[in-house]
Amino acid sequence: MNELAQQLSVDSATGIDVTLPLAGAGARSYAFVVDWHIRVVLGLAWYGAATLLYNYARNGGISLAPPLGTDARWFGVVLVPALALYFLYHPLLELLMRGSTPGKRMAGVRVVSRDGSAPSVGALLVRNVFRLIDSLPICYGLGLTLAALTREHVRCGDMAAGTLLVYETASAGFALTPATTAGTLDVATAELLAELLARWPGLALPARGALARQLLARCGRSAEEVAALDDAALRQALIEVTRMAGAGT
Amino acid sequence: MSADQRQGALAHALLKRAPLWQEAEARARRFGHGRSDDPTDATRVADDYRLLAHDLARARALIPGSRAREYLESTYARVHATLNHGEVRLLATLQQLFREQIPAAVIWLAPYLVWATLLFALAAVAGYALVERFPELIALFASPDLIASVESGRLWTEGLLNIAPSSVLSVQILANNIVVSLFAYCTGFLFGLGTLYILGLNGLMLGAIFAFTAQHGLGGALASFIVAHGCVELSVMCLSGAAGAAVGEALVRPGSHGRVAAFRTAALRSGQVLFACALLLVGAGLIEGYVSPDPRIPVGIKVAIGVSYWLFMLALLSGRLWIRRRPALDAPRAA
Repeated sequence: MNELAQQLSVDSATGIDVTLPLAGAGARSYAFVVDWHIRVVLGLAWYGAATLLYNYARNGGISLAPPLGTDARWFGVVLVPALALYFLYHPLLELLMRGSTPGKRMAGVRVVSRDGSAPSVGALLVRNVFRLIDSLPICYGLGLTLAALTREHVRCGDMAAGTLLVYETASAGFALTPATTAGTLDVATAELLAELLARWPGLALPARGALARQLLARCGRSAEEVAALDDAALRQALIEVTRMAGAGT
Repeated sequence: MSADQRQGALAHALLKRAPLWQEAEARARRFGHGRSDDPTDATRVADDYRLLAHDLARARALIPGSRAREYLESTYARVHATLNHGEVRLLATLQQLFREQIPAAVIWLAPYLVWATLLFALAAVAGYALVERFPELIALFASPDLIASVESGRLWTEGLLNIAPSSVLSVQILANNIVVSLFAYCTGFLFGLGTLYILGLNGLMLGAIFAFTAQHGLGGALASFIVAHGCVELSVMCLSGAAGAAVGEALVRPGSHGRVAAFRTAALRSGQVLFACALLLVGAGLIEGYVSPDPRIPVGIKVAIGVSYWLFMLALLSGRLWIRRRPALDAPRAA
């Protein structure tokens, strides 16, 4: 384990270690919040739809009200499945998706065993059983504290199951452009150019302006020249630099 | 050419191989998601693995802080996982679990099981003696409704089926029991203290309630109610406590391994029995919802059900439910 970079290094047959960056408490929390919303929506959706259908079948009415007495059919058809969707969401999906869930996908993380592979069925179930402890005293206080304080950012369930939460680096972050390969710009500058242009619409005006001016200065444009450019002109200048770098000029 | 220029040229030459990396990633995704079973593709995934290892080694040296190096790391990891992860065969996994792993785990937990059962039994005896000597202490263990019901000469279990259907009762009971069982296991994380607390508390409650009902001439009725489901339910409670105790001991006395490694080994090994515990508690919950509260079922039948289910539990935990293939006795032995 590389302590400085906080990553999981796994031996491989080629002699080149597989490295997976460890996810911290922030990514873990983000994934959990997304999954929690999905669980609540699924549970409530089932509850609502099943109650409507049940009441319609029972008395022809459109109502979300539960029956007055203890009705076994309502219990079995409406309540139990809704609770099962809510409470069994994590163990079932982690099993079916080999250590991932929709929330973890959105956060770009995945659960892996210590050899980098998908965890076993037993490990995933033990990991989820220990949510009973990690959720103490409220809102996963113990789990988050352990994830924040431990070197490997693991909660109690991860310790018990021998699993880790790692980042799955999105391939969308890498865009190969002619500027990257042509050789007239260094790799770092070429990648920065490509990334700035890709993220241009999402950046605030002052921020993208400052970044563009810095990059253009790095590419040899004078400070006075770039200072006079407006937002659209800056973007055009960046595109021009990329095109010229790709053409080898 | 200076060293920097040479490095730059090597980096750009490396980046020109990026389309190969993207093809490798797409192939690994297809295989990983089961969308391809082409043998040619499978061979190429193995070639991709070596190609990516080679290029990643160069990228780590030439362009360590770049997006391209990060992309290579993740693609290499993906191909590594695709090549090395086995197919999940759920049925085979479950068969192995119940046939071999759970029986082995139960044997390993035997000393803890003895101590957990002893603790539970002693707590029950203590609870019985406490309430027998000081009847007013029942208020610590039972609800006011339960106390009022027993003092009026009838068990709180009478008329349960008039309040709620059996299915509802069963689900509520088995859900509660499974949660308690899981807590008995998980709280072993607190150096075993949580497990001891749960076992002790449940034992005290059982003994106290038995003493209270016996004082009002209802001890036999309570035993009749419990016999069908209680044998297995109490056994599973002790087994879950044993699993939690094993986890706790691993933290207290990790031996030659580190504390975390010992905890992980104990948790994974003892956690296997929880599958059997959960299944057994589902059955016990169904019995407690359908059989135990039904006054029409004779006590003898309830005893038979309780004993049979307990024997079934022993067979499940020892792996004797599965037919084992014996080697043919007259098969020629190798020289």
